[in-house]
Amino acid sequence: MTASAIEVRGLHKHYGHHEVLKGIDFHVGAGQVVCVIGPSGSGKSTLLRCVNRLEEPSAGEILIEGVDICDRRTDLDEVRSRIGMVFQQFNLFPHLSVLRNLTLAQRSVRRRSREEAVEVARRNLAKVGLSEKESAYPAHLSGGQQQRVAIARALSMNPDMMLFDEPTSALDPELVGDVLAVMKELAQEGMTMMVVTHEMGFAREVGDKLVFMDDGVVVEEGRPAEVLSNPRHERTQSFLSKVL
Amino acid sequence: MGVTRRQRALLVQGALYAVLAAAVVALALVADWPVIKENFWNSGGISWADGNWGDLITIGIVNTVKYTAIAFAGGLALGLVLALMRLSPVAPYRWLATAYIEFFRGLPALVVMIFMSTGLPIAFGWTPPGGTVGAGLIGLVMVAGAYMAETLRAGIQAVPKGQTEAARSLGMRPGATTVKVVLPQAFRIVIPPLTNEFVLLIKDTALLFLLGAAASERELTSVAKDFLTSGPSAGTATSLIQAALLYLAITLPLTQLVAWLERRQRKAVR
Repeated sequence: MTASAIEVRGLHKHYGHHEVLKGIDFHVGAGQVVCVIGPSGSGKSTLLRCVNRLEEPSAGEILIEGVDICDRRTDLDEVRSRIGMVFQQFNLFPHLSVLRNLTLAQRSVRRRSREEAVEVARRNLAKVGLSEKESAYPAHLSGGQQQRVAIARALSMNPDMMLFDEPTSALDPELVGDVLAVMKELAQEGMTMMVVTHEMGFAREVGDKLVFMDDGVVVEEGRPAEVLSNPRHERTQSFLSKVL
Repeated sequence: MGVTRRQRALLVQGALYAVLAAAVVALALVADWPVIKENFWNSGGISWADGNWGDLITIGIVNTVKYTAIAFAGGLALGLVLALMRLSPVAPYRWLATAYIEFFRGLPALVVMIFMSTGLPIAFGWTPPGGTVGAGLIGLVMVAGAYMAETLRAGIQAVPKGQTEAARSLGMRPGATTVKVVLPQAFRIVIPPLTNEFVLLIKDTALLFLLGAAASERELTSVAKDFLTSGPSAGTATSLIQAALLYLAITLPLTQLVAWLERRQRKAVR
């Protein structure tokens, strides 16, 4: 058993009377790639957004590398700077060039010198194959390029782990592959990853663990190949029969 | 009869043009053009050498632009503080800002300006800095700030929530997120409405005339008003017409600029 990167215990989240998460226990080991699948409205994105507290949990515990992020004494911003996040809608800063998108938080949070920030940024742009776009603005990039820049932006903080919130759902089908290739490379380098996705192929090939959620609970989890080929629960079977 | 719908439309249109032409001809024949010209465009007043233009431009327009710039800069700074207070997580800040904004948007600017320049000295024996004009400008800033606060608040709220989330997820603090990510985008959104606010302020500086000012501190309307009773075109409305042209020379390009900026913004892709 590897050390815990993300440990979620008894997590509840409700908006008013609407309960989105109904007691989630969830674990990502250091270096693991855990994919979360499930129908829309199942709470998988809410779970992911609770992990860096973009959503405020209603009850339960969330430990990042053993530190309770709901504890008032925890410096949440410091913890967040070690958790890279990639959004479905990319959320690049449209008023900044690609390079400035990658250096902004490095300078403001990591207090790196301009030279160092630029160097780190260029290295990560090269990694996602977009070195030639450093002075472009986000509006002039395709969706797939924007998402790869977003990944490079998160990586430039040298995070311990990465959260992906349906990273390919807003992309045209022909652009999905480039983004998945970058993610696969990251996984092979040993990055700890939590990926909410509809890409079953990616989950099967790259994931160490697959978690199926429905209606605010974890229904089933296990090795991706097993869950996808031999789902034990009837809800998993019915979901997979619709998407596969 | 054989009148088609198209022919009838042409007939109606022709009649409308005929009425217009008749009105123009009648006006041209009836009006006493020399008298009109002497009263509204007096040759003495419009003379470049010793007419009204000198004071209207070197004192009037210069001061109008200066006062507008001061009121705009002050109003923008005050408006930004108020907008951030309105969006503050601290409830009393929100209440204070809301109360201020609703109060000053509900009053005529002139009331606030007279209060600052005359009311305060009478009540407390204290005069705001900068004399009458300074006091009036402070009043203008107080009102402009309330309007700009609402504009800026709308701009800040128009920045997608994902922008804040992206910045916060990178570990940026709330202050840095606001300054480096949200405000630059918000300002871009509010450039057209802020330019409109600038045009409104140009016109509002004319209210300073009612407070009175030293000769060299007069803005455009005050200079024009004084030329109604003195100078080469005294006794005619010429100086007001001249002032109107000077105002339009500034405001029309600006309103055109706003229209252009708005068109460009509508076309811009995110």
